[in-house]
Amino acid sequence: MSWLTPTVIDTVIAVVQAIVILLAAVVSGALLSFVERRLLGWWQDRYGPNRVGPFGSLQLAADMLKMFFKEDWIPVFADRKIFTLAPVIAMASLLLSFMIIPITPGWGVADLNVGLLFFFAMAGVNVYAVLFAGYASANKYALLGALRASAQTLSYEVFMGLSLMGVVAMAGTFNMRDIVTAQADMWNIIPQFFGFCTFLIAGVAVTHRSPFDQPEAEQELSDGYHIEYSGMKWGMFFVGEYIGVVLISALIATLFFGGWTGPWLPPIVWFLLKTGFFIMLFVLFRAALPRPRYDRVMSFGWKFCLPLTLINLLVTGAVILLNAPATS
Amino acid sequence: MEQIAQHWSVAIFVVAVFGLCAFMVGLASLLGGRAWGHQKNTPFESGIVPVGSAHQRFSVKFYMVAMLFVIFDVEALFLFAWAVTVRESGWTGFVEAFIFIVVLLAGLIYLSRVGALDWAPIKRAKEIKTSS
Repeated sequence: MSWLTPTVIDTVIAVVQAIVILLAAVVSGALLSFVERRLLGWWQDRYGPNRVGPFGSLQLAADMLKMFFKEDWIPVFADRKIFTLAPVIAMASLLLSFMIIPITPGWGVADLNVGLLFFFAMAGVNVYAVLFAGYASANKYALLGALRASAQTLSYEVFMGLSLMGVVAMAGTFNMRDIVTAQADMWNIIPQFFGFCTFLIAGVAVTHRSPFDQPEAEQELSDGYHIEYSGMKWGMFFVGEYIGVVLISALIATLFFGGWTGPWLPPIVWFLLKTGFFIMLFVLFRAALPRPRYDRVMSFGWKFCLPLTLINLLVTGAVILLNAPATS
Repeated sequence: MEQIAQHWSVAIFVVAVFGLCAFMVGLASLLGGRAWGHQKNTPFESGIVPVGSAHQRFSVKFYMVAMLFVIFDVEALFLFAWAVTVRESGWTGFVEAFIFIVVLLAGLIYLSRVGALDWAPIKRAKEIKTSS
């Protein structure tokens, strides 16, 4: 067994971890489609899906089977290549971001120095999915929805980056693992409360979740950019949205609530508990909040959140320098 | 050693993500049925026969948002660089960042005053308000 060196064993363990994390991300995103409908039903005094399996728990399997066997229709008026590419980007860009999330001290795919920047890059790439889908569909509703969606996502991405810079400044690094260890004394939620608020808002807006689901406003645009999609391609947009929810929840837990740290329970339980809490919060937003008007959404982002994050960053910098021992 | 393991896990992760997406698209196109209909090949417009091409002109406001995004996001990048090195750059860096942020905020206030951030021109918004 000369080939079984420690390097090979390490590599095999790392690869298995990567596969497990990927599958966990996809499965939790897919399961969320059932959990959300069930919870929404519960909060709105109705049942939600409860026919397939005990308490409707097999609804996901039924949906998946149905979607796989639906006609995979590419409209003749659409741009075939881009039309097929768009759902792949929508799902892949968000899934790739899971690489940077440190789940426990021993678990995680990549320990990138530029961790957070990688997430911003992938969130930027995700805009293309919406834009390509809307443009390639050659449908007026789809085009309008895509334009709205990309304008909104761009506006909220400007301050999504800035809202996390307070956290970065406090840890002094973009590395997610170091950001978690920097929160050993106090979770970032306390000193970075405004950063948390703005990141939460930006996260909801960037994943096009209600109440910022302007691009899908069904009353005006009857589903926006994925109006011409059906079957599994539509399903990929759908799962992509839920993967986005899981991703943003995991990021919030990692960046503002100390990631895996916590008393008594093992790290993985804490991470899952915190992430699960924010996923529930996302669903509660959808259940509780009405959709604001589009121009209000845009001006809220530019006129309120952007200045707030800039000032937050400046104050954070000043406080860090005041507390730091003079080096120069 | 740890580096090699990490490179492998990243590579496999990326390949697996794209493999999964390709699998979902490919399998669905193999399994799905095929049907034909008279009106199937027209774009959906809530049951109304579509007029003209879908690649039509759209509001100039969207270009405006794109330009503002480029301006502010590129300037945010400079602040990213400052944020990671707050301690190293010290008060000198802070004063520079302060001036930079003040200029940014002044630009934002200017844009807001000339109405670049309003979706509809102020005059028209007033008309809507008075008519309702």
